[in-house]
Amino acid sequence: MIQQIAPPEIAEMPKLRSMPRVQANSKMRTEHLSAFFGKVQALKDVSLEIDEHEVLAIIGPSGCGKSTFLRSLNRMHEVAGGRISGKVLLDNENIYERDPVLIRRRVGMVFQKPNPFPTMSIFDNVAAGLKLGGIRNKAVLTEAVEQSLHRAALWDEVKDTLSKSGASLSGGQQQRLCIARALAIKPEVLLMDEPASALDPISTAKIEELIFELKENFTIVIVTHNMQQAARVSDRTAFLYMGELIEIGPTEEIFTKPEKQQTEGYITGRFG
Amino acid sequence: MLGLSSFAALVVVLPLLLIFIHTTSHGLAFINLAFFTEMPKPVGEAGGGMANAIVGTLILIGLGSAFGVPIGVFSGVYLAEYGENRFAQIVRFLTDVLSGVPSIVVGVVAYTIIVLPMKQFSALAGGFALGILMIPTITRTTEEMMRLVPHSYREAGLALGIPQWKTTLRIVLRTALKGIATGILLSLARIAGETAPLLFTALGNRFWSTDVLHPMASLTVFIYDYARAPFEDWNNQAWAAALVLIALITALSLLFRFFSRSRFEGQNV
Repeated sequence: MIQQIAPPEIAEMPKLRSMPRVQANSKMRTEHLSAFFGKVQALKDVSLEIDEHEVLAIIGPSGCGKSTFLRSLNRMHEVAGGRISGKVLLDNENIYERDPVLIRRRVGMVFQKPNPFPTMSIFDNVAAGLKLGGIRNKAVLTEAVEQSLHRAALWDEVKDTLSKSGASLSGGQQQRLCIARALAIKPEVLLMDEPASALDPISTAKIEELIFELKENFTIVIVTHNMQQAARVSDRTAFLYMGELIEIGPTEEIFTKPEKQQTEGYITGRFG
Repeated sequence: MLGLSSFAALVVVLPLLLIFIHTTSHGLAFINLAFFTEMPKPVGEAGGGMANAIVGTLILIGLGSAFGVPIGVFSGVYLAEYGENRFAQIVRFLTDVLSGVPSIVVGVVAYTIIVLPMKQFSALAGGFALGILMIPTITRTTEEMMRLVPHSYREAGLALGIPQWKTTLRIVLRTALKGIATGILLSLARIAGETAPLLFTALGNRFWSTDVLHPMASLTVFIYDYARAPFEDWNNQAWAAALVLIALITALSLLFRFFSRSRFEGQNV
Protein backbone atom coordinates (compact mmCIF):
# COMPACT_ATOMS: atom_id res chain seq x y z
CA MET A 1 0.00 0.00 0.00
CA ILE A 2 1.31 3.35 -0.93
CA GLN A 3 1.42 6.08 1.64
CA GLN A 4 -0.95 8.95 1.31
CA ILE A 5 0.47 11.84 -0.60
CA ALA A 6 -0.33 15.42 0.20
CA PRO A 7 -1.70 17.61 -2.59
CA PRO A 8 0.84 17.16 -5.32
CA GLU A 9 3.81 19.41 -5.14
CA ILE A 10 5.89 18.45 -8.04
CA ALA A 11 9.16 18.81 -6.18
CA GLU A 12 8.13 16.16 -3.69
CA MET A 13 6.93 13.71 -6.24
CA PRO A 14 10.11 11.89 -7.27
CA LYS A 15 10.90 10.51 -3.84
CA LEU A 16 7.35 9.26 -3.40
CA ARG A 17 7.41 7.67 -6.79
CA SER A 18 10.40 5.59 -5.93
CA MET A 19 8.56 3.82 -3.14
CA PRO A 20 7.76 0.23 -4.03
CA ARG A 21 4.16 -0.74 -4.49
CA VAL A 22 3.18 -3.41 -2.01
CA GLN A 23 1.33 -6.27 -3.63
CA ALA A 24 -2.30 -6.10 -2.55
CA ASN A 25 -5.21 -8.45 -2.97
CA SER A 26 -7.49 -7.85 -5.89
CA LYS A 27 -11.04 -7.09 -4.73
CA MET A 28 -12.65 -6.54 -8.10
CA ARG A 29 -11.51 -7.16 -11.61
CA THR A 30 -12.92 -6.36 -15.01
CA GLU A 31 -12.09 -8.58 -17.95
CA HIS A 32 -12.62 -7.27 -21.47
CA LEU A 33 -15.47 -5.13 -20.23
CA SER A 34 -17.40 -3.32 -22.94
CA ALA A 35 -20.58 -1.35 -22.33
CA PHE A 36 -23.24 -0.26 -24.76
CA PHE A 37 -26.23 2.04 -24.91
CA GLY A 38 -28.22 0.71 -27.82
CA LYS A 39 -25.71 0.73 -30.64
CA VAL A 40 -23.35 3.22 -29.04
CA GLN A 41 -20.35 1.65 -27.40
CA ALA A 42 -19.44 3.64 -24.31
CA LEU A 43 -16.69 1.37 -23.03
CA LYS A 44 -14.22 -0.67 -25.05
CA ASP A 45 -12.53 -3.77 -23.74
CA VAL A 46 -11.47 -2.46 -20.34
CA SER A 47 -9.51 -4.87 -18.17
CA LEU A 48 -8.24 -3.70 -14.81
CA GLU A 49 -7.92 -4.72 -11.20
CA ILE A 50 -9.17 -2.95 -8.10
CA ASP A 51 -7.18 -3.79 -5.01
CA GLU A 52 -8.63 -4.28 -1.57
CA HIS A 53 -8.58 -1.08 0.54
CA GLU A 54 -7.26 1.08 -2.22
CA VAL A 55 -8.70 4.25 -3.63
CA LEU A 56 -8.78 4.00 -7.37
CA ALA A 57 -9.49 7.23 -9.23
CA ILE A 58 -10.95 7.14 -12.73
CA ILE A 59 -10.14 10.26 -14.69
CA GLY A 60 -10.79 11.34 -18.24
CA PRO A 61 -12.62 13.97 -20.26
CA SER A 62 -16.42 14.19 -20.29
CA GLY A 63 -18.05 11.37 -22.19
CA CYS A 64 -15.00 9.12 -21.94
CA GLY A 65 -17.04 6.37 -20.29
CA LYS A 66 -15.84 6.81 -16.72
CA SER A 67 -19.34 6.96 -15.24
CA THR A 68 -20.41 4.04 -17.38
CA PHE A 69 -17.43 2.07 -16.13
CA LEU A 70 -18.35 2.84 -12.54
CA ARG A 71 -21.98 1.93 -13.05
CA SER A 72 -21.13 -1.37 -14.64
CA LEU A 73 -19.36 -2.32 -11.40
CA ASN A 74 -22.64 -2.58 -9.50
CA ARG A 75 -24.95 -3.34 -12.40
CA MET A 76 -26.50 0.14 -12.37
CA HIS A 77 -25.55 0.50 -16.00
CA GLU A 78 -28.38 -1.83 -16.97
CA VAL A 79 -30.92 0.23 -14.97
CA ALA A 80 -30.44 3.01 -17.50
CA GLY A 81 -31.08 0.52 -20.30
CA GLY A 82 -27.48 -0.33 -21.12
CA ARG A 83 -25.85 -3.71 -21.57
CA ILE A 84 -22.33 -5.03 -21.25
CA SER A 85 -20.08 -7.73 -22.55
CA GLY A 86 -17.08 -9.15 -20.76
CA LYS A 87 -16.83 -9.91 -17.08
CA VAL A 88 -16.85 -8.03 -13.81
CA LEU A 89 -15.51 -10.11 -10.95
CA LEU A 90 -16.08 -9.40 -7.28
CA ASP A 91 -14.00 -11.74 -5.14
CA ASN A 92 -13.60 -13.85 -8.25
CA GLU A 93 -17.33 -14.21 -8.89
CA ASN A 94 -18.86 -12.73 -12.01
CA ILE A 95 -21.41 -10.23 -10.73
CA TYR A 96 -23.40 -10.57 -13.94
CA GLU A 97 -24.22 -14.14 -12.95
CA ARG A 98 -25.53 -13.04 -9.55
CA ASP A 99 -28.67 -11.30 -8.27
CA PRO A 100 -28.11 -7.57 -8.88
CA VAL A 101 -29.90 -6.73 -5.63
CA LEU A 102 -27.36 -8.70 -3.61
CA ILE A 103 -24.44 -7.32 -5.63
CA ARG A 104 -25.55 -3.77 -4.92
CA ARG A 105 -25.56 -4.51 -1.19
CA ARG A 106 -21.89 -5.41 -1.50
CA VAL A 107 -20.95 -2.66 -3.93
CA GLY A 108 -22.46 0.62 -2.72
CA MET A 109 -22.72 3.85 -4.66
CA VAL A 110 -22.70 7.59 -4.06
CA PHE A 111 -23.97 9.81 -6.85
CA GLN A 112 -22.87 13.11 -8.27
CA LYS A 113 -25.80 15.09 -6.94
CA PRO A 114 -26.81 14.53 -3.33
CA ASN A 115 -30.13 12.65 -3.44
CA PRO A 116 -31.45 12.02 0.08
CA PHE A 117 -35.01 10.68 0.04
CA PRO A 118 -37.19 13.75 0.54
CA THR A 119 -39.98 12.03 2.46
CA MET A 120 -37.65 10.48 4.99
CA SER A 121 -36.00 11.86 8.11
CA ILE A 122 -32.23 11.90 8.47
CA PHE A 123 -32.44 8.71 10.52
CA ASP A 124 -34.69 6.96 8.02
CA ASN A 125 -32.49 8.00 5.12
CA VAL A 126 -29.50 6.30 6.65
CA ALA A 127 -31.58 3.31 7.72
CA ALA A 128 -33.38 3.03 4.36
CA GLY A 129 -31.19 0.33 2.86
CA LEU A 130 -31.44 -1.83 5.97
CA LYS A 131 -35.12 -1.20 6.62
CA LEU A 132 -36.23 -1.88 3.06
CA GLY A 133 -33.82 -4.78 3.03
CA GLY A 134 -35.96 -6.35 5.75
CA ILE A 135 -34.20 -5.43 9.01
CA ARG A 136 -36.73 -4.40 11.66
CA ASN A 137 -34.74 -4.62 14.87
CA LYS A 138 -34.71 -1.10 16.25
CA ALA A 139 -31.48 -1.55 18.21
CA VAL A 140 -29.65 -2.83 15.14
CA LEU A 141 -30.93 0.07 13.05
CA THR A 142 -30.04 2.67 15.66
CA GLU A 143 -26.54 1.33 15.98
CA ALA A 144 -25.99 1.14 12.23
CA VAL A 145 -27.29 4.68 11.75
CA GLU A 146 -25.05 6.08 14.44
CA GLN A 147 -21.98 4.23 13.21
CA SER A 148 -22.58 5.24 9.59
CA LEU A 149 -23.11 8.88 10.49
CA HIS A 150 -19.87 8.80 12.50
CA ARG A 151 -18.05 7.27 9.58
CA ALA A 152 -19.46 9.89 7.23
CA ALA A 153 -18.31 12.59 9.67
CA LEU A 154 -21.83 13.91 9.99
CA TRP A 155 -22.85 12.66 13.43
CA ASP A 156 -21.91 15.75 15.40
CA GLU A 157 -23.84 17.98 13.05
CA VAL A 158 -27.08 16.00 13.03
CA LYS A 159 -27.21 14.00 16.25
CA ASP A 160 -29.88 16.27 17.73
CA THR A 161 -31.97 16.54 14.58
CA LEU A 162 -32.21 12.93 13.41
CA SER A 163 -35.97 13.18 12.97
CA LYS A 164 -35.74 16.19 10.70
CA SER A 165 -36.00 16.00 6.94
CA GLY A 166 -32.83 15.02 5.11
CA ALA A 167 -33.60 17.79 2.66
CA SER A 168 -33.17 20.38 5.41
CA LEU A 169 -29.40 19.88 5.39
CA SER A 170 -26.89 21.86 3.35
CA GLY A 171 -25.60 20.43 0.08
CA GLY A 172 -22.36 19.17 1.60
CA GLN A 173 -24.18 17.65 4.55
CA GLN A 174 -26.66 16.01 2.19
CA GLN A 175 -23.83 14.38 0.31
CA ARG A 176 -22.30 13.08 3.53
CA LEU A 177 -25.78 11.84 4.45
CA CYS A 178 -25.82 9.93 1.15
CA ILE A 179 -22.41 8.50 1.98
CA ALA A 180 -23.70 7.44 5.41
CA ARG A 181 -26.72 5.88 3.72
CA ALA A 182 -24.47 3.91 1.40
CA LEU A 183 -22.21 2.84 4.29
CA ALA A 184 -25.09 1.65 6.47
CA ILE A 185 -25.58 -1.50 4.42
CA LYS A 186 -21.90 -2.29 5.04
CA PRO A 187 -20.74 -2.61 1.46
CA GLU A 188 -17.31 -3.97 0.66
CA VAL A 189 -16.71 -1.61 -2.23
CA LEU A 190 -17.88 1.99 -2.45
CA LEU A 191 -18.32 3.61 -5.85
CA MET A 192 -18.32 7.39 -5.95
CA ASP A 193 -19.44 9.20 -9.08
CA GLU A 194 -17.96 12.71 -8.88
CA PRO A 195 -19.18 12.97 -5.30
CA ALA A 196 -17.92 16.50 -4.75
CA SER A 197 -18.53 18.13 -8.10
CA ALA A 198 -21.75 19.79 -6.94
CA LEU A 199 -20.23 21.02 -3.67
CA ASP A 200 -18.39 24.10 -2.45
CA PRO A 201 -14.63 23.90 -1.67
CA ILE A 202 -15.05 23.39 2.08
CA SER A 203 -17.54 20.57 1.64
CA THR A 204 -15.29 19.10 -1.03
CA ALA A 205 -12.36 19.11 1.38
CA LYS A 206 -14.50 17.32 3.95
CA ILE A 207 -15.50 14.65 1.48
CA GLU A 208 -11.88 14.13 0.44
CA GLU A 209 -10.80 13.85 4.05
CA LEU A 210 -13.55 11.31 4.52
CA ILE A 211 -12.30 9.21 1.63
CA PHE A 212 -8.93 8.85 3.40
CA GLU A 213 -10.64 7.52 6.48
CA LEU A 214 -13.06 5.24 4.66
CA LYS A 215 -10.18 3.48 2.96
CA GLU A 216 -9.49 1.68 6.24
CA ASN A 217 -12.70 -0.31 5.90
CA PHE A 218 -13.73 -0.08 2.28
CA THR A 219 -12.39 -0.36 -1.22
CA ILE A 220 -13.18 2.85 -3.07
CA VAL A 221 -13.49 3.66 -6.75
CA ILE A 222 -13.98 7.35 -7.42
CA VAL A 223 -14.77 9.01 -10.71
CA THR A 224 -13.65 12.59 -10.95
CA HIS A 225 -12.85 15.11 -13.61
CA ASN A 226 -10.96 17.15 -11.09
CA MET A 227 -7.36 16.01 -11.48
CA GLN A 228 -6.15 17.67 -8.30
CA GLN A 229 -8.75 15.70 -6.47
CA ALA A 230 -7.62 12.45 -8.06
CA ALA A 231 -4.06 13.29 -7.06
CA ARG A 232 -5.06 14.11 -3.51
CA VAL A 233 -7.25 11.16 -2.67
CA SER A 234 -6.23 8.17 -4.74
CA ASP A 235 -3.61 5.45 -4.55
CA ARG A 236 -3.89 4.55 -8.17
CA THR A 237 -5.36 6.34 -11.13
CA ALA A 238 -6.85 5.03 -14.35
CA PHE A 239 -7.11 7.28 -17.37
CA LEU A 240 -9.99 6.56 -19.75
CA TYR A 241 -10.31 8.16 -23.13
CA MET A 242 -13.02 7.54 -25.72
CA GLY A 243 -14.16 4.46 -23.81
CA GLU A 244 -10.72 2.91 -23.69
CA LEU A 245 -8.41 2.39 -20.77
CA ILE A 246 -5.30 4.29 -21.81
CA GLU A 247 -3.24 3.88 -18.69
CA ILE A 248 -3.49 2.75 -15.08
CA GLY A 249 -0.87 3.04 -12.40
CA PRO A 250 0.13 4.52 -9.07
CA THR A 251 -1.29 8.02 -8.89
CA GLU A 252 2.01 9.85 -8.55
CA GLU A 253 3.42 8.06 -11.58
CA ILE A 254 0.40 8.88 -13.68
CA PHE A 255 0.70 12.52 -12.70
CA THR A 256 4.46 12.90 -12.93
CA LYS A 257 5.66 10.35 -15.41
CA PRO A 258 2.80 9.06 -17.55
CA GLU A 259 3.75 6.44 -20.08
CA LYS A 260 1.26 7.39 -22.75
CA GLN A 261 1.20 10.63 -24.58
CA GLN A 262 -2.59 10.93 -24.35
CA THR A 263 -2.37 10.75 -20.57
CA GLU A 264 0.26 13.43 -20.49
CA GLY A 265 -1.76 15.58 -22.84
CA TYR A 266 -4.81 15.28 -20.62
CA ILE A 267 -3.17 15.91 -17.26
CA THR A 268 -1.18 18.85 -18.56
CA GLY A 269 -4.41 20.32 -19.85
CA ARG A 270 -3.73 20.13 -23.55
CA PHE A 271 -7.14 18.57 -24.14
CA GLY A 272 -10.17 17.35 -22.26
CA MET B 1 -53.92 41.85 -19.38
CA LEU B 2 -53.98 42.00 -15.59
CA GLY B 3 -57.53 43.39 -15.71
CA LEU B 4 -58.71 40.66 -18.07
CA SER B 5 -57.14 37.81 -16.17
CA SER B 6 -58.34 39.12 -12.81
CA PHE B 7 -61.83 39.35 -14.25
CA ALA B 8 -61.58 35.75 -15.49
CA ALA B 9 -60.38 34.66 -12.07
CA LEU B 10 -63.36 36.40 -10.49
CA VAL B 11 -65.75 34.66 -12.88
CA VAL B 12 -64.27 31.34 -11.74
CA VAL B 13 -65.02 32.07 -8.11
CA LEU B 14 -68.45 33.59 -8.71
CA PRO B 15 -70.50 30.47 -9.58
CA LEU B 16 -69.25 28.64 -6.51
CA LEU B 17 -70.08 31.63 -4.39
CA LEU B 18 -73.58 31.87 -5.89
CA ILE B 19 -74.21 28.17 -5.41
CA PHE B 20 -73.08 28.41 -1.85
CA ILE B 21 -75.21 31.47 -1.07
CA HIS B 22 -78.23 30.03 -2.82
CA THR B 23 -78.14 26.61 -1.17
CA THR B 24 -77.42 28.14 2.21
CA SER B 25 -80.29 30.59 2.00
CA HIS B 26 -82.74 27.89 0.90
CA GLY B 27 -81.47 24.95 2.85
CA LEU B 28 -79.94 26.14 6.09
CA ALA B 29 -83.31 26.76 7.75
CA PHE B 30 -84.28 23.12 7.30
CA ILE B 31 -81.18 21.60 8.75
CA ASN B 32 -81.62 20.43 12.29
CA LEU B 33 -80.59 17.49 14.40
CA ALA B 34 -83.49 15.41 13.11
CA PHE B 35 -82.22 15.84 9.57
CA PHE B 36 -79.12 13.85 10.48
CA THR B 37 -80.65 11.32 12.84
CA GLU B 38 -84.14 10.55 11.53
CA MET B 39 -85.47 8.64 8.57
CA PRO B 40 -87.56 10.17 5.79
CA LYS B 41 -91.20 10.61 6.76
CA PRO B 42 -94.07 9.43 4.53
CA VAL B 43 -95.64 11.96 2.18
CA GLY B 44 -97.69 14.54 3.99
CA GLU B 45 -95.97 14.11 7.30
CA ALA B 46 -93.73 17.00 8.21
CA GLY B 47 -90.20 16.70 9.59
CA GLY B 48 -88.00 13.68 9.37
CA GLY B 49 -84.45 13.48 8.08
CA MET B 50 -82.23 11.55 5.77
CA ALA B 51 -79.86 9.66 8.02
CA ASN B 52 -80.05 6.72 5.63
CA ALA B 53 -79.01 8.85 2.65
CA ILE B 54 -76.05 10.38 4.46
CA VAL B 55 -74.78 7.01 5.58
CA GLY B 56 -75.60 5.58 2.14
CA THR B 57 -73.55 8.23 0.38
CA LEU B 58 -70.59 7.50 2.64
CA ILE B 59 -70.88 3.75 2.03
CA LEU B 60 -71.15 4.28 -1.74
CA ILE B 61 -68.09 6.53 -1.73
CA GLY B 62 -66.28 3.89 0.31
CA LEU B 63 -67.25 1.10 -2.09
CA GLY B 64 -66.25 3.19 -5.09
CA SER B 65 -62.87 4.01 -3.53
CA ALA B 66 -62.24 0.42 -2.50
CA PHE B 67 -62.55 -0.47 -6.14
CA GLY B 68 -61.30 2.65 -7.92
CA VAL B 69 -58.33 3.74 -5.79
CA PRO B 70 -56.20 0.56 -5.91
CA ILE B 71 -56.84 0.01 -9.61
CA GLY B 72 -56.25 3.65 -10.42
CA VAL B 73 -53.06 3.93 -8.38
CA PHE B 74 -51.52 0.68 -9.53
CA SER B 75 -52.35 1.25 -13.18
CA GLY B 76 -50.75 4.68 -12.82
CA VAL B 77 -47.68 3.09 -11.27
CA TYR B 78 -47.52 0.69 -14.18
CA LEU B 79 -47.77 3.46 -16.76
CA ALA B 80 -45.12 5.55 -15.04
CA GLU B 81 -42.59 2.82 -14.30
CA TYR B 82 -43.05 0.30 -17.10
CA GLY B 83 -45.07 2.34 -19.57
CA GLU B 84 -42.73 2.47 -22.56
CA ASN B 85 -44.53 -0.15 -24.59
CA ARG B 86 -47.44 -0.48 -26.97
CA PHE B 87 -49.80 -1.94 -24.37
CA ALA B 88 -49.20 1.03 -22.08
CA GLN B 89 -49.88 3.48 -24.91
CA ILE B 90 -53.20 1.78 -25.54
CA VAL B 91 -54.05 1.84 -21.83
CA ARG B 92 -53.16 5.53 -21.66
CA PHE B 93 -55.39 6.32 -24.63
CA LEU B 94 -58.31 4.26 -23.31
CA THR B 95 -57.99 5.94 -19.91
CA ASP B 96 -58.49 9.28 -21.61
CA VAL B 97 -61.47 7.91 -23.48
CA LEU B 98 -62.92 6.51 -20.25
CA SER B 99 -62.68 9.88 -18.59
CA GLY B 100 -64.91 11.26 -21.32
CA VAL B 101 -67.60 8.58 -21.05
CA PRO B 102 -70.79 10.10 -19.62
CA SER B 103 -71.50 8.87 -16.13
CA ILE B 104 -74.98 7.68 -17.05
CA VAL B 105 -73.42 5.31 -19.57
CA VAL B 106 -71.18 3.90 -16.85
CA GLY B 107 -74.35 3.43 -14.78
CA VAL B 108 -75.97 1.47 -17.62
CA VAL B 109 -72.87 -0.71 -17.90
CA ALA B 110 -72.96 -1.46 -14.16
CA TYR B 111 -76.68 -2.21 -14.53
CA THR B 112 -75.98 -4.68 -17.32
CA ILE B 113 -73.10 -6.54 -15.74
CA ILE B 114 -74.07 -6.50 -12.08
CA VAL B 115 -77.75 -5.62 -11.56
CA LEU B 116 -79.16 -7.85 -14.30
CA PRO B 117 -77.27 -11.06 -13.42
CA MET B 118 -77.96 -10.59 -9.70
CA LYS B 119 -81.58 -9.63 -10.43
CA GLN B 120 -81.24 -6.98 -7.74
CA PHE B 121 -80.43 -3.29 -7.57
CA SER B 122 -77.58 -2.96 -5.13
CA ALA B 123 -75.12 -0.58 -3.49
CA LEU B 124 -72.42 -2.86 -4.83
CA ALA B 125 -73.39 -2.04 -8.41
CA GLY B 126 -73.47 1.65 -7.48
CA GLY B 127 -70.02 1.45 -5.93
CA PHE B 128 -68.74 -0.33 -9.01
CA ALA B 129 -70.05 2.42 -11.28
CA LEU B 130 -68.56 5.13 -9.07
CA GLY B 131 -65.25 3.27 -8.91
CA ILE B 132 -65.03 3.19 -12.70
CA LEU B 133 -65.62 6.93 -12.78
CA MET B 134 -62.75 7.44 -10.34
CA ILE B 135 -60.21 5.43 -12.27
CA PRO B 136 -59.18 7.77 -15.12
CA THR B 137 -58.43 10.72 -12.86
CA ILE B 138 -56.47 8.60 -10.39
CA THR B 139 -54.56 6.72 -13.07
CA ARG B 140 -53.41 9.83 -14.87
CA THR B 141 -52.57 11.80 -11.73
CA THR B 142 -50.62 8.86 -10.34
CA GLU B 143 -48.69 8.48 -13.57
CA GLU B 144 -47.88 12.17 -13.77
CA MET B 145 -46.88 12.46 -10.13
CA MET B 146 -44.68 9.35 -10.33
CA ARG B 147 -42.99 10.79 -13.39
CA LEU B 148 -42.25 14.00 -11.54
CA VAL B 149 -40.17 12.07 -8.99
CA PRO B 150 -36.55 12.58 -10.07
CA HIS B 151 -34.85 9.52 -11.49
CA SER B 152 -32.05 9.95 -8.98
CA TYR B 153 -34.27 8.64 -6.16
CA ARG B 154 -34.98 5.44 -8.08
CA GLU B 155 -31.25 5.03 -8.69
CA ALA B 156 -30.45 5.72 -5.05
CA GLY B 157 -32.93 3.06 -3.97
CA LEU B 158 -31.70 0.45 -6.41
CA ALA B 159 -28.05 1.21 -5.61
CA LEU B 160 -28.82 0.47 -1.95
CA GLY B 161 -29.75 -3.06 -2.92
CA ILE B 162 -33.46 -2.40 -2.51
CA PRO B 163 -35.46 -4.55 -4.93
CA GLN B 164 -37.16 -2.75 -7.80
CA TRP B 165 -40.73 -3.27 -6.53
CA LYS B 166 -39.83 -1.97 -3.08
CA THR B 167 -38.03 1.02 -4.55
CA THR B 168 -41.14 1.78 -6.58
CA LEU B 169 -43.60 1.43 -3.71
CA ARG B 170 -41.66 2.62 -0.69
CA ILE B 171 -39.59 5.38 -2.26
CA VAL B 172 -41.05 6.60 -5.55
CA LEU B 173 -44.73 6.15 -4.72
CA ARG B 174 -44.15 7.54 -1.24
CA THR B 175 -42.50 10.62 -2.72
CA ALA B 176 -45.38 11.14 -5.15
CA LEU B 177 -48.06 10.45 -2.55
CA LYS B 178 -49.09 14.01 -1.91
CA GLY B 179 -49.88 14.67 -5.54
CA ILE B 180 -51.63 11.33 -5.86
CA ALA B 181 -53.74 12.13 -2.80
CA THR B 182 -54.90 15.29 -4.55
CA GLY B 183 -55.95 13.21 -7.56
CA ILE B 184 -57.85 10.79 -5.34
CA LEU B 185 -59.52 13.71 -3.62
CA LEU B 186 -60.63 15.21 -6.93
CA SER B 187 -62.15 11.94 -8.00
CA LEU B 188 -63.84 11.48 -4.59
CA ALA B 189 -65.37 14.91 -4.85
CA ARG B 190 -66.58 14.06 -8.31
CA ILE B 191 -68.28 10.78 -7.43
CA ALA B 192 -69.78 12.15 -4.23
CA GLY B 193 -71.88 14.38 -6.43
CA GLU B 194 -72.82 11.81 -9.06
CA THR B 195 -76.49 10.99 -9.47
CA ALA B 196 -76.88 9.44 -12.90
CA PRO B 197 -74.80 6.26 -12.38
CA LEU B 198 -76.72 5.52 -9.17
CA LEU B 199 -80.18 5.70 -10.72
CA PHE B 200 -80.13 2.17 -12.05
CA THR B 201 -77.62 0.68 -9.68
CA ALA B 202 -77.98 1.69 -6.03
CA LEU B 203 -81.44 2.97 -6.96
CA GLY B 204 -82.24 4.70 -3.67
CA ASN B 205 -84.05 3.47 -0.62
CA ARG B 206 -86.51 5.13 1.75
CA PHE B 207 -85.58 2.78 4.54
CA TRP B 208 -82.51 2.16 6.59
CA SER B 209 -80.16 -0.27 4.87
CA THR B 210 -76.45 -0.84 5.07
CA ASP B 211 -76.62 -4.08 3.12
CA VAL B 212 -74.45 -3.59 0.04
CA LEU B 213 -76.38 -6.28 -1.84
CA HIS B 214 -79.59 -4.26 -1.62
CA PRO B 215 -80.69 -0.85 -2.85
CA MET B 216 -79.21 1.98 -0.88
CA ALA B 217 -80.16 5.59 -0.36
CA SER B 218 -77.80 8.40 -1.31
CA LEU B 219 -77.93 12.17 -0.96
CA THR B 220 -77.78 12.80 -4.68
CA VAL B 221 -80.63 10.50 -5.63
CA PHE B 222 -82.54 11.87 -2.65
CA ILE B 223 -82.04 15.41 -3.97
CA TYR B 224 -83.13 14.28 -7.42
CA ASP B 225 -86.34 12.71 -6.07
CA TYR B 226 -87.19 15.43 -3.61
CA ALA B 227 -86.39 18.39 -5.81
CA ARG B 228 -88.86 17.36 -8.51
CA ALA B 229 -91.57 16.26 -6.06
CA PRO B 230 -94.68 18.44 -5.91
CA PHE B 231 -94.46 18.90 -2.14
CA GLU B 232 -92.96 22.04 -0.71
CA ASP B 233 -91.46 20.40 2.37
CA TRP B 234 -89.77 17.83 0.14
CA ASN B 235 -88.29 20.62 -1.97
CA ASN B 236 -87.00 22.28 1.17
CA GLN B 237 -85.41 19.08 2.30
CA ALA B 238 -83.76 18.75 -1.09
CA TRP B 239 -82.12 22.13 -0.51
CA ALA B 240 -80.99 21.02 2.89
CA ALA B 241 -79.58 17.82 1.41
CA ALA B 242 -77.70 19.83 -1.22
CA LEU B 243 -76.13 21.92 1.50
CA VAL B 244 -75.17 18.83 3.49
CA LEU B 245 -73.62 17.29 0.38
CA ILE B 246 -71.51 20.38 -0.29
CA ALA B 247 -70.42 20.45 3.34
CA LEU B 248 -69.58 16.75 3.17
CA ILE B 249 -67.38 17.19 0.11
CA THR B 250 -65.65 20.19 1.67
CA ALA B 251 -65.04 18.21 4.84
CA LEU B 252 -63.60 15.34 2.80
CA SER B 253 -61.24 17.76 1.06
CA LEU B 254 -60.02 19.22 4.31
CA LEU B 255 -59.56 15.82 5.91
CA PHE B 256 -57.60 14.64 2.95
CA ARG B 257 -55.39 17.69 2.89
CA PHE B 258 -54.68 17.18 6.52
CA PHE B 259 -53.69 13.54 6.16
CA SER B 260 -51.72 13.87 2.95
CA ARG B 261 -49.61 16.66 4.39
CA SER B 262 -45.92 16.00 4.30
CA ARG B 263 -44.34 15.03 7.60
CA PHE B 264 -41.88 17.81 7.14
CA GLU B 265 -44.25 20.56 6.14
CA GLY B 266 -43.46 23.83 7.82
CA GLN B 267 -39.87 22.79 8.33
CA ASN B 268 -37.23 24.84 6.68
CA VAL B 269 -36.66 22.65 3.65
